[in-house]
Amino acid sequence: MPAVSKGDGMRGLAVFISDIRNCKSKEAEIKRINKELANIRSKFKGDKALDGYSKKKYVCKLLFIFLLGHDIDFGHMEAVNLLSSNKYTEKQIGYLFISVLVNSNSELIRLINNAIKNDLSSRNPTFMCLALHCIANVGSREMAEAFASEIPRILVAGDTMDSVKQSAALCLLRLYKTSPDLVLMGEWTSRVVHLLNDQHMGVVTAAISLITCLSQKNPDEFKTCVSLAVSRLSRIVSSASTDLQDYTYYFVPAPWLSCKLLRLLQCYPPPEDGAVKGRLVECLETILNKAQEPPKSKKVQHSNAKNAILFEAISLIIHYDSEPNLLVRACNQLGQFLQHRETNLRYLALESMCTLASSEFSHEAVKTHIETVINALKTERDVSVRQRAADLLYAMCDRSNAKQIVAEMLSYLETADYSIREEMVLKVAILAEKYAVDYSWYVDTILNLIRIAGDYVSEEVWYRVIQIVINRDDVQGYAAKTVFEALQAPACHENMVKVGGYILGEFGNLIAGDPRSSPLVQFNLLHSKFHLCSVPTRALLLSAYIKFINLFPETKSTIQEVLRSDSQIRNSDVELQQRAVEYLKLSSIASTDVLATVLEEMPPFPERESSILAKLKKKKGPGAVSVSELEEGKREGGELNGGSDRGADTAAMAASNASTPSPQADLLGLRSTAPVGSAAPSAGSLLVDVFSEAGPATPSAAVNDDGFLRFVCKNNGVLFENQLLQIGIKSEYRQNLGRMYLFYGNKTSVQFASFTTTVSCPGDLQSHILYMQEHFVEPLVEGGAQVQQVLNIECLTDFCDAPLLNIKFRYGGALQNLTLKLPVTINKFFQPTEMASHDFFQRWKQLSQPQQEAQKIFKANHSMDTEVLKAKLLGLGTALLDNVDPNPENYVCAGVIQTKNQQVGCLLRLEPNAQAQVLSHTHTHTHTHTHTNLYSCL
Amino acid sequence: QRFKGLGITIRFILIQNRAGKTRLAKWYMQFDDDEKQKLIEEVHAVVTVRDAKHTNFVEFRNFKIIYRRYAGLYFCICVDVTDNNLAYLEGIHNFVEVLNEYFHNVCELDLVFNFYKVYTVVDEMFLAGEIRETSQTKVLKQLLMLQSLE
Repeated sequence: MPAVSKGDGMRGLAVFISDIRNCKSKEAEIKRINKELANIRSKFKGDKALDGYSKKKYVCKLLFIFLLGHDIDFGHMEAVNLLSSNKYTEKQIGYLFISVLVNSNSELIRLINNAIKNDLSSRNPTFMCLALHCIANVGSREMAEAFASEIPRILVAGDTMDSVKQSAALCLLRLYKTSPDLVLMGEWTSRVVHLLNDQHMGVVTAAISLITCLSQKNPDEFKTCVSLAVSRLSRIVSSASTDLQDYTYYFVPAPWLSCKLLRLLQCYPPPEDGAVKGRLVECLETILNKAQEPPKSKKVQHSNAKNAILFEAISLIIHYDSEPNLLVRACNQLGQFLQHRETNLRYLALESMCTLASSEFSHEAVKTHIETVINALKTERDVSVRQRAADLLYAMCDRSNAKQIVAEMLSYLETADYSIREEMVLKVAILAEKYAVDYSWYVDTILNLIRIAGDYVSEEVWYRVIQIVINRDDVQGYAAKTVFEALQAPACHENMVKVGGYILGEFGNLIAGDPRSSPLVQFNLLHSKFHLCSVPTRALLLSAYIKFINLFPETKSTIQEVLRSDSQIRNSDVELQQRAVEYLKLSSIASTDVLATVLEEMPPFPERESSILAKLKKKKGPGAVSVSELEEGKREGGELNGGSDRGADTAAMAASNASTPSPQADLLGLRSTAPVGSAAPSAGSLLVDVFSEAGPATPSAAVNDDGFLRFVCKNNGVLFENQLLQIGIKSEYRQNLGRMYLFYGNKTSVQFASFTTTVSCPGDLQSHILYMQEHFVEPLVEGGAQVQQVLNIECLTDFCDAPLLNIKFRYGGALQNLTLKLPVTINKFFQPTEMASHDFFQRWKQLSQPQQEAQKIFKANHSMDTEVLKAKLLGLGTALLDNVDPNPENYVCAGVIQTKNQQVGCLLRLEPNAQAQVLSHTHTHTHTHTHTNLYSCL
Repeated sequence: QRFKGLGITIRFILIQNRAGKTRLAKWYMQFDDDEKQKLIEEVHAVVTVRDAKHTNFVEFRNFKIIYRRYAGLYFCICVDVTDNNLAYLEGIHNFVEVLNEYFHNVCELDLVFNFYKVYTVVDEMFLAGEIRETSQTKVLKQLLMLQSLE
């Protein structure tokens, strides 16, 4: 077998690497690198032509320097030169350099593509593979344009070598992912599918990834792959452990290929053809049987490979969800793994069982493992395993075991890792509500939650308990009694004070008969906590006090005294002061009747989906990473959601029955316009909403004109939002290139199916800007989840229309179709230019030919505030030049629009006056209309 | 219908030593340089705190890292959360066995001095974020052939 000596072939490289390794300090390393860079630069610039070997060596050194984290700004040309060498080692270094340092320099791309083209047609399999690997690694739009039609040909040609086929299949996959519009399978489809029959297992292994991806997008065209995959799988599964020779891994025949085949089948429903289905079920049974056989090797590699197949088979069984027998067997198998000594297996079994729990066929079987799972929650060392155990307990919970599971989770909470406490709290709160038979148990559970993990009890949780207590009069007395008792504790969590204050304010009368909890006792108890609380809680307590005045007239004077005290009525916090003043006044001047009407008991809340459930989904959603970014954008967009003003929550309490509640009177955020879209999946829950019928009427062609205009001067924010979907944007531009991140947030609790987005350029825009879709959005967007998409944009020449983004998805069966203007405007490619007054007017005069000049007078729609206007002009991307125009009222800007083909200098002068504003601008090129469009936003 | 995610399966492959020095970084998704650096540091932080009793899987952002430690080196593969953990775990081992054979008892220094060859090994076994070839015999035969070329 080959043994490679250190850096053989390139001594200079090995010496250089050694030198770097011997550097004692970062400074010494930088010094050595700079020396080397100078040396290489002089060699590349020298008069003597370098031979291939030297070129390869220097390019390789540059690559090494780059990989150490230093910028490399030369050597690209030399690397490209290496591509046309006919020596493998030189070519390889050239391709490697290109693959690692992808550069969008258009000159080079053409040369690189040329070299690739030559290698692809060279009939030399080694060179062909190098070229294909380069395409697969870079995967740029330009490469797709150049090679997308050539590669399928190579893939299916009869005389193509196996190794080339493998590379061609995956290369095509990469191009399909970056530029699906350019990869047209049509005529090749059937031949590609038949690669599943290829004699060479490596070809099948590679091709199946391509087929799986294509099947997901075009299931019908590729559905013949199902029977081929089943028969291939069947041959592997039934083969003896030595049959497949090279493809046997630790006595397991072709484990990776088996997994890929099983995964491909998960793109389709169970086979309709009885024979195919029978054969597949047989395979699945064999796989389950093999798991019971004694291992052929003690090595962990053997069991891992075997179990990789087993878990994939179980995934398929769960996916089909139609074979009770297999589902139960799968469950039993996983049950054995729950107690396995390998942590990996316990983890995977818990994870896999979670999905089994949701199948009606295996739910009961999963439940039999409850004790083991509870034990795992208590004893596992790895927090991620405990997390899976908690997930599984949550998934297997139903009415029969809810009390046990909730109790276990509560006791686990006392010692749970901080990282998972909040999620645990949400889960307990949801289960307690969902399976509450008597609501006193529910109230106890939530109060326990606050006691045990008060810091992790979010607003949603305590809002919810109040909502439920208000809606169910059979539990109100119990709730009042329980919170009263809980508040007796010398130190209780602030969330407990909130709940206590609210509930006693509403229902304190229900326990006032007992002298131990007489009105004054209640009040004194609440007020004893007052000084330790934060402002929002104090505000809530003040509202509770005014409610007390209504409930118990005998407390009036005591409470008025409290309200009148300087610490309330002169409180430095505006909210507290206002409440104190208003409540005091209200209690002194309003008649008992008026007081009773204003402060009447809260009406029941409209029933809708638990906000806790929505929160949990959001927490678990796949978009977690970018949520904060989107929220940041949201803030910039100035679209604050109502209800985030905590202080305002309690205002509602006093104003609950006022005839026209202000938007802020939306207590607990629960009475806002109910989201039409929030369908509730959990039918068992009492308070879960009932809006699930049909989604809203399918909107279409909703063009976001005002949303669009807001983005002329800024790059981040919320582009669009309706009841179902929120689309956030982050974008950045440099010269003629731009990158736009789109965040699609599913605001509902139901998944969006067939979610697709397409960007199109209306009219001749295509020839002005270029788009490259970086990655697709997954076709399923889970409820509460957020997905991200990246668009690369290149400005070729100036343009005026905006590209369109079309979004289609299914929501509850109805197809939603939405078209938005993407905020890509010509000013995004502005680069500010600073210039002095003299230069400005000199150029201004030079550019005074009619076609170079444009002038427009328009009325200002908004106030002409200097700072606002300045900010907008800067947002436009130009440089705002001070002290240039002799008239200080005027604004003068300069910038260069960077397009691929040319650079267009723009000078802009804005002459506002009180009635109208005059705008004149001049530039080297005629595209007046574009500018007119832009400036209309001012 | 539940579908497995469509997209690049492997997001990146990293080989790092315990000190956090990167010995190989292969990216199958577009990241800018700052993002790459951040990912490298995060992976190192996440993986090195775990011990032998922990699983070989860690949730990581919206993905998961499947990793295995060999002496002082961590081999990490970042994949989709729905991907098959054990298949990638053994994918790593298969790759390590090939490196071991190719470099004759591979050690960290081999990866440093022959970094450009390591890329070739990776491309033979993983391409476009997918598993390309799993047979050690076939891969080594191909590498031997390439080795003999000038």
